[in-house]
Amino acid sequence: MTLWLSILFAGALTYTIRLSFIQLFANREIPAFVLKALRFVPAAVLTAIITPELFIQDGDLSLHLANGRLLAGLLAILVAWRTRNVILTILVGMAALWLLQWLI
Amino acid sequence: MSNDAIPTTQKRYSPQTEFLDGIKSELPILVGVIPFGLIYGVVAVAAGVPPLAAQAMSAIVFAGSSQFLMAQLFGTATPAGVIVLAAGIVNLRHALYSASVAPYLNGLHKAWKWLLAYLLTDEAYAVTIIHYRQSEEGQDRPENRHWFFLGAGLALWSVWQLSTAAGIILGQQVPGSWSLDFTLTLTFIALVVPALKDRAAVAAALAAGIAALLAFTLPYKLGLVVAALVGIAVGLLAEAKK
Repeated sequence: MTLWLSILFAGALTYTIRLSFIQLFANREIPAFVLKALRFVPAAVLTAIITPELFIQDGDLSLHLANGRLLAGLLAILVAWRTRNVILTILVGMAALWLLQWLI
Repeated sequence: MSNDAIPTTQKRYSPQTEFLDGIKSELPILVGVIPFGLIYGVVAVAAGVPPLAAQAMSAIVFAGSSQFLMAQLFGTATPAGVIVLAAGIVNLRHALYSASVAPYLNGLHKAWKWLLAYLLTDEAYAVTIIHYRQSEEGQDRPENRHWFFLGAGLALWSVWQLSTAAGIILGQQVPGSWSLDFTLTLTFIALVVPALKDRAAVAAALAAGIAALLAFTLPYKLGLVVAALVGIAVGLLAEAKK
């Protein structure tokens, strides 16, 4: 139920955003401040999702080597930085996680 | 993108030509969209989203990165309000696209505007705005250009629905012990790292990442929203300092 509500409301919200300047406030400009802030949205939101997934295990900060997701994630960051390739980043990250899970 | 898309003479393009050109221009992008849709389907199921809801998200929200985000948040038991808020923040960039194409859609019937707004994704916007600008430079009479938008938008829509459906079917065959939910985090890494092109962007990401760890214990997963806002603020500050 929660999920279906989220989907409906997120869908309505996304559609309203897309329709905003086409129909709702046609001929109005976006404030410069908002334009500047929007540039940082992807980096800020996505990183805020990534770090807890990597650093927090069972509700606690986990910085030791037994945290396979942290090591695999750091390796994936390196691959993403060097190659800019989405598929390769996912493949290397998953391979690393499986290897570490098998080792630990 | 072929060069012959630039009109050299003042020639009127028929709706069919524009529509087909829109599909053609979208094709190279679709090559990248198919694996992305497949991955979304697989990881949404791995995160615990029921297959029907995962597909409904593709049809109703129809915005890749926010769908990944919603699947991830649902998988970690986030309340609906925070999921919607987070999806809204991620999709705010569509307001930019909306403002950017709005002048070209002026004068179209409302039904067209409402339909094209639904199809206004990153991928359809990218090729459509280029087409609009090129036909402007070519002094072409632009009365059928919205058919180009429709062609590009529908091509993307169909491929997104089909590839996510294929991913959902695939995902149901995969056992949970494969930890495939981690591909969500990896997808986000693959998206965010190449986007860190300057110091302000790096500052925004680092601040958001650290804030997310510090605010992790906040109720209702509000830490994500707080961290995102901290990241945006730090990015703005870093840019202002230059």
